[in-house]
Amino acid sequence: MKEIVLALAIGVLSASGTWLLLRPRTFQVIMGLSLLSYAVNIFIFSMGRLKTAAPPVTGTGAEDVAAYADPTPQALVLTAIVISFALTALFLVVLLASRGVTGSDHVDGREPQE
Amino acid sequence: MSVGMLLIVVLTLPFIGSVIAAGLPRNARTTAAILSWGVALANVICLAALWPAFQDGEVIRQEIDWLPALGVSLVLRLDGLSWLFSALILGIGALVVLYARYYMSPKDPVPRFFSFLLAFMGAMQGLVLSGNLIQLVVFWELTSLFSFLLIGYWHQNASAREGARMALTVTATGGLAMLVGAVLLGRMAGSYDLDVVLAARDTILADPLHPLALGLLLLGALTKSAQFPFHFWLPRAMAAPTPVSAYLHSATMVKAGVFLLMRIWPIFADTQMWEIVVGGAGLLTLLFGAWCAIYQHDLKGLLAYSTISHLGLIVLLLGLGSELGAVAAIFHTVNHATFKASLFMAAGIIDHETGTRDMRKLSGLLRYMPFTGALAIIAAAAMAGVPLLNGFLSKEMFLAEALAGAERHALFAVLPVLATVASAFSVLYSLRFIHQTFFGPPPTELEKTPHEPPTWMRRPVEVLVALCLLVGVLPAITVGPFLRSAVVSVVGLDPPYYSLAIWHGFNLPLLLSVTALATGVGLYLAFGKTINANPGGALGLRRFNGGYLFERAMTQLNAGAMVVEKVAGTRRLQPQIRVIVLTALGSAFVAVVGAGLAVNPPPLAPRIGDFAFAGLWIIGGVCAFAAAWQAKYHRLAAVVLMGGAGLASCISFIWLSAPDLATTQLVVEVVTTVLLLLGLRWLPKRNEAIRAAPNEERRSKRRRRIDLVIAAAVGAGLAAISYAVMTRPPVEGLSRYFVEHAYKDAGGRNVVNVILVDFRAFDTFGEITVLGVVGLTVFAVLRRFRPASDSLPRPPQMRLQDASDNRREGRNAGDTLKETMLIPQVVMRWMFPFVILLAAHLFLRGHDLPGGGFAAGVVVAIAFVLQYMASGAQWVEDRLTIRPIAWIGIGLLIAAASGAGAWLFGAPFLTSAFQYADLPLLGRVPLASAVIFDLGVVVLVVGATVLVLVALAHQSLRKAHKADETGPEGAA
Repeated sequence: MKEIVLALAIGVLSASGTWLLLRPRTFQVIMGLSLLSYAVNIFIFSMGRLKTAAPPVTGTGAEDVAAYADPTPQALVLTAIVISFALTALFLVVLLASRGVTGSDHVDGREPQE
Repeated sequence: MSVGMLLIVVLTLPFIGSVIAAGLPRNARTTAAILSWGVALANVICLAALWPAFQDGEVIRQEIDWLPALGVSLVLRLDGLSWLFSALILGIGALVVLYARYYMSPKDPVPRFFSFLLAFMGAMQGLVLSGNLIQLVVFWELTSLFSFLLIGYWHQNASAREGARMALTVTATGGLAMLVGAVLLGRMAGSYDLDVVLAARDTILADPLHPLALGLLLLGALTKSAQFPFHFWLPRAMAAPTPVSAYLHSATMVKAGVFLLMRIWPIFADTQMWEIVVGGAGLLTLLFGAWCAIYQHDLKGLLAYSTISHLGLIVLLLGLGSELGAVAAIFHTVNHATFKASLFMAAGIIDHETGTRDMRKLSGLLRYMPFTGALAIIAAAAMAGVPLLNGFLSKEMFLAEALAGAERHALFAVLPVLATVASAFSVLYSLRFIHQTFFGPPPTELEKTPHEPPTWMRRPVEVLVALCLLVGVLPAITVGPFLRSAVVSVVGLDPPYYSLAIWHGFNLPLLLSVTALATGVGLYLAFGKTINANPGGALGLRRFNGGYLFERAMTQLNAGAMVVEKVAGTRRLQPQIRVIVLTALGSAFVAVVGAGLAVNPPPLAPRIGDFAFAGLWIIGGVCAFAAAWQAKYHRLAAVVLMGGAGLASCISFIWLSAPDLATTQLVVEVVTTVLLLLGLRWLPKRNEAIRAAPNEERRSKRRRRIDLVIAAAVGAGLAAISYAVMTRPPVEGLSRYFVEHAYKDAGGRNVVNVILVDFRAFDTFGEITVLGVVGLTVFAVLRRFRPASDSLPRPPQMRLQDASDNRREGRNAGDTLKETMLIPQVVMRWMFPFVILLAAHLFLRGHDLPGGGFAAGVVVAIAFVLQYMASGAQWVEDRLTIRPIAWIGIGLLIAAASGAGAWLFGAPFLTSAFQYADLPLLGRVPLASAVIFDLGVVVLVVGATVLVLVALAHQSLRKAHKADETGPEGAA
């Protein structure tokens, strides 16, 4: 049943993220990107299937791959977490700079005209 | 040196020279000239050394693998034809370099000029030495590109910019067509290799698509060779410095088209399309160019049109399709290059010494510059086809071929007449060039008194004119062998009989030649004055102006593009993101529908733990929804809620056997939250009560409804796909290898960490580089940062505390705050070593147990941030010097060095080694070199994270400084 729950979680996170991504204010977009990266990270992770109590930490002898959670997506997601932090940081700074320069926090750098 | 090596040297030397020249200081005129001269001369010597290496019809090849998967390799191929063209390119190139040294003004950035010139020379070399169609097109386009730079060298002149742009547009468009033609041709022949293509003549001609391929190739050749109706770029290109004109329009650029025609001559020369298109274009261009040349008043303009005309002549000769025609074409290519280069140089000298190129202002220059005058007269006579000069010989061949063509084909019946007329025109404009410039009364409209140029500026002209004379008098000895080897490589091992003699007896071609000479002189005597008085443009062709049509077409194109941009473009971000999201959604939909999404039941029955998991995600999902809901008006709440969703995913990672992810996610969550909190203060206050106008309100409601549907579709789609994948049986992929080899080959039990620092270390290396770049970018953006004024006043609590401090004796504003923070401060200061210890622990256990470099690095950053939060930026920076930029650099260096260390053992980059060591207290531990790489990761992550956080935290200090220095206005 975990599969259903996690799939729904991915759906909720990505829907919230996408909604925010389409909003006009920079802060909303940055939150949207963060939520979307949670969703995508869990999505990639879930591609390795779900296993409980089987972390990919091996013993020292001959190993059976089926006994462990799939390490490959985990490795991918680990760097993705760090990179999405970098993305958030960069975007935040650009956002602040844009707000400082234009005086607006709209994604277009100016308030929408009538 | 082997023959192949020599070829490689010939090709690469100009490019190397170009790069060196580009690095020279702006005023290094002589150094750049010497360098270029050395390069050209060295190449001439190499080429001369190559001459004995190939006999009749032989081909030297040197192959280098380029794109083996596509069957394309870099082939250098030298045969008689390419040798002859190389000789022209390098020989005239060397003379032009010498000439340019004296022509170019020291005020210009001359090294740049030589850099372009050498690069152009290299591109031309590459073109003629190409043994592969694709390679040929690449160098072809390179010549277009470098000629653009050369023509536009005086970019401060509008005419130079326009001329350069026009030349590039026309020739590069032709080149593009040619690329398609070359690909077609290659596919017909089954290979792009020139030798294979040349051998596959019958296969190609049997293919129904061959006229298309030929048409496209011809489009390339005819645009490059400035054939009618694509000729108009050439006169505009006269805005270039004269050495460029002398080089591009005599021996190189325009001859590239001719070269291509000669290359494909053996394949297509017999086809009717060839005769009609190539012959027709050549004939039209010959007459048109000659007619226009007569009416030019600009010396270079006259030479430009005469170049067009002579190129027409060569193209016509090739278009006749006869072997003798090809011989005459090759011969005239060489002759034209020599006399035209010298004439351009002479025109440049006249311009240089008199300050004008207008023939109406020039007169009687022979008395001021007798040597230059004599040289120009000989060169012009060669152009007119006067006996004892090289032009005469090839012109006679041309007339003979015109007569032969008339006999062979009814279509060519008028050819001898037209050829004679064109020759007469050629005599007319050559005579006008000389008479108007060098004879007559002394000039009256000049600003300075002309005199002879520096000796070395004249030398190149002397060499070229001497060649005109030598070839004209002793053709068989001087040019015979080279011509023969070139002819053999075009028409085959059994060339037709041709005689390189001055005297062939009284025959019809001679009669035509004499007629042309007499008619030309007669026409000049009769109409010379009228032509001089003619204000502009060739008689009867004034309305026809290809350049004007070109400009119109460009304007229309621009207008069309603007219409499209207006209709389809937007500068607003939201519609663009919407399009991106919809595209992603649509393509995922198509893929899913195409593959079919089989949904299986969950593999296991629900257990009690699953309900707890569901409870976790009910909280997580609510947090995510609420964060999306509140992000506009309640940012702080949104940040906290987003953290809730993050924690839910963190707990899921632990639950689902991914402890490394959970650790990293947790610490990254902390820094992200701190980061967002730091930024909040500069965002504008947004009031929920303020609403837009009703009209606007309705529109935005509609927009939001659409966005809601899109978001729901994305969520539903991702949920469905992930569920479908999760319930399928697992695919093993790479993981078996990783799990089985992690301990055995890499000495680590934590497979995720081993993948990161060992199996896929190169990816990680790229990743940390990105992280470092982001850190530096943030730093760079914030250095020039002018924060918006704070959105909120100080909170009421803080104001109350300060007021009370001010009321009481012996206390200053802020004292209460300090006292309040005292206990957290002490606690957090004491936490510092423990947090560092935790980081060290995470790092050291990382290879065998959950942990690792990324998490450890972020934890160290948290240790620093705690100090900033508790004690303020001022206090920390007074006591602690952190050099995050240095950390980034050192981290990257450690990671790179640990990778490069493998080279010492002859292993590829980032190969790791490990060994077990018995350490006191710790016992037997594996020591892997990958741990050093992981150390680099830690150091870099610390640097980048701290840099980002500190740079932002530091802004509060900077703001205060600013306010102190400039007073209240500073905040505005």
